[in-house]
Amino acid sequence: MRSYLDFEKPVAELETKVEELRALSKGDGVSIADELAKLEAKAQKALADLYASLTPTQKIQVARHAQRPHFSDYVRLLFSEFTPLAGDRLFGEDAAIVGGFARFRGEPVCLIGQEKGSDTESRLEHNFGMARPEGYRKAARLMELADRFGLPVISLVDTFGAFPGIDAEQRGQAEAIARSIDVSLSLGVPNVAVVVGEGGSGGAIAIASCNKVLMLEHSVYTVASPEASASILWRDSSKAQDAATSMKITAQDLLKFGIIDVIVAEPPGGAHRDPETAVAAVGEGIDDALAGLANLSRPQIVEARAERFLSVGRKV
Amino acid sequence: MNWYSNVVPPKIKALIKREAPENAWVKCPESGQLVFHKDIEDNLYVVPGSGYHMRIPVEARLASLFDNGEHEVAPTPDVPSDPLKFRDIKRYVDKIKEYRLKTGHQDAVTIAYGKLEGAAVTVAVQDFEFMGGSLGMAAGEAIIAGMTHAIEKRTPFIIFTASGGARMQEGMFSLMQMPRTTIAVRRLREARLPYIVVLTNPTTGGVTASYAMLGDIHIAEPGAIIGFAGARVIEQTIREKLPEGFQRAEYLRDHGMVDMVVPRTEMRETLARLCALLTKAPRRAA
Repeated sequence: MRSYLDFEKPVAELETKVEELRALSKGDGVSIADELAKLEAKAQKALADLYASLTPTQKIQVARHAQRPHFSDYVRLLFSEFTPLAGDRLFGEDAAIVGGFARFRGEPVCLIGQEKGSDTESRLEHNFGMARPEGYRKAARLMELADRFGLPVISLVDTFGAFPGIDAEQRGQAEAIARSIDVSLSLGVPNVAVVVGEGGSGGAIAIASCNKVLMLEHSVYTVASPEASASILWRDSSKAQDAATSMKITAQDLLKFGIIDVIVAEPPGGAHRDPETAVAAVGEGIDDALAGLANLSRPQIVEARAERFLSVGRKV
Repeated sequence: MNWYSNVVPPKIKALIKREAPENAWVKCPESGQLVFHKDIEDNLYVVPGSGYHMRIPVEARLASLFDNGEHEVAPTPDVPSDPLKFRDIKRYVDKIKEYRLKTGHQDAVTIAYGKLEGAAVTVAVQDFEFMGGSLGMAAGEAIIAGMTHAIEKRTPFIIFTASGGARMQEGMFSLMQMPRTTIAVRRLREARLPYIVVLTNPTTGGVTASYAMLGDIHIAEPGAIIGFAGARVIEQTIREKLPEGFQRAEYLRDHGMVDMVVPRTEMRETLARLCALLTKAPRRAA
C-alpha cells in the first residue's frame, strides 16, 4: 500500500482509478485497455509535473519521507563488504552516525553517514539520526584512519540536526562538531558528501565539509530547521512555510549559489517511489565526483577543498 | 517589560539611554544592587561587588586590551549583501542598516591590530549588539581576513566570541562560515601562531561549533553561557529541567571544554602572559 503526502492527493486519486480499472480489466481485457493506458499516462504526467515544481515545504516532506532510502539502503545497494566500526575511543558508541570501511565499485572506501531508521525500533536505536558528540568523534576517527590508509571518504548526510540534550552539551557537542569539520578539511584523501535527505545545520556540515558536495534533487540543506527559523525570525513557528521559502534550502537554489556542486536527479515521484534507481543515481554521482579528484596529490586535495569553501559567496 | 517600556516607543527610549548614561543607575542582574553606570564603566563593565560581567562595548574592550589602548581597526571586508533577498518581519537590508546606525559598526566582527605588552597581536571582537553577534558572510570574512593578517605579520590571534549562532537571514551562506573560518584556523595553526579564544556571554550555535571551540587555549568570562543548542530547545526536546549552572563558563571548565575562567579585569594580563609563553618571548614579571 502506497502512502501519499498531502500534496500528492491529485496523483493519488488518478492512481487509485488506475488500480480500479486494472482490477476490472482482469475480467474483461480488451474494452478498457486503451482507457487504462490513457489514465496511466495521465497519472504519470501529473506526478512528473507535480515533482517538477515542488515548493520548498513540499521538498521537506519528501526529504523526510519515511520510505525515502536511508543510509542502510545505500549500504545494501551500492557497497560491498561494509564493515561498520563502533565507538569514539573516548566515551561511547553513537549509532546515529554509522561508519566503517567498504568497497565501492570494487575499491576500498570509508563510508560515514547518519541513519534515521525506518521503523520505531531502528529509529530509537539510531536516535532518529541525531548524533551526540560520540557520533562526530567516531566520524572524525574514521576519517583520520581513511586518511592514513589513503582511502576516499564518502559521507551520506541525512539528519534533522545534532541532538539537543544535556548529555550532548556536557560532553562537548560544539567541540565535537567543530573538530569533525576540522578533520574533514585536513584530509589528504578526497571526500565526497551527498545530502540524501535532510541536511540539518551543524549536524550536517560536521560531515559535509568535503571536496565535492552533492544533493539529491528533492533533498534540503538548511542552516536551521524551518520550524526553528520561523520561531526565531517571525517569532511564530507556524510561519515555517515562509521560512522554508525565504531561506533557500533546495538543491536547485544551493547549486545556483555555488554552495553545492552537483544535483543528483531523482526518479519521477521522488526517491521513495523507486529507491533502487535513486540509490544507483547517487552511486553514479559519487563515482563521477571521485573520478574528478583522482589525479590530485595530497596537498592539492587539501588546497582544492579549502578553495572550494573559501570561494563560496565571493562571487555571488 | 514594565509599563514604561511598553508605553515609550523603542526609538525614543534609545535616545534617552544615549543622552544620560553618565549618571544613570544600573541594576545588577545578579545581585539586584544599584550601581552608578560610571563605576561599572570604570571597572570594564564588571559590577563592583557582585562581579557580574555585563556586556562591554567593542571600543571599551579594545581599549582595555592594547597598550595604552592604542590600536588600529581594520576595514570590514566587502561581501555580497543580502544574497537571499531576505525578508521576515522586515527586509534584511533594512535591518542591517539599522544595526549599522545603532552600533556604528559594519557587522558583528571587528578586527583590530595593536600591541599587547609590546608584542604585536591581532584581535577580533564579536559584538552581540550587532544582530546577536550572528555569524554571516561579513563576520566570517572578517575573521578570515584577521587570521590571514596574523599569519602575514606573524602575530598571535585572539578572538572574543559572542554570538547567538548563525545569521539566519543569509541561510546556507551562514552555515558555510563554519568550514570557511575553520580553514583559516587551520592555516593559523600550520603557521604555528597562538590562537586564543575568549568565550564571552553568550557564545552558542554554529560559532561554538566552529572557530570558538578550535582554539589552542580557551578562556571564558565568568558566568558566560556557552553551548551548542539553546537551553530552551533542549528543555523542549527532553522535557527535563536543566541542571544548575548548565552551559555556564564554569560548567564548561568542569567538563573539560574550557581551560580557565578569567575575570575581565585580569584578562589583559592573562592574555599577555599566555602569548609571551607560547611565542617564547621574554616578559618582565608583572
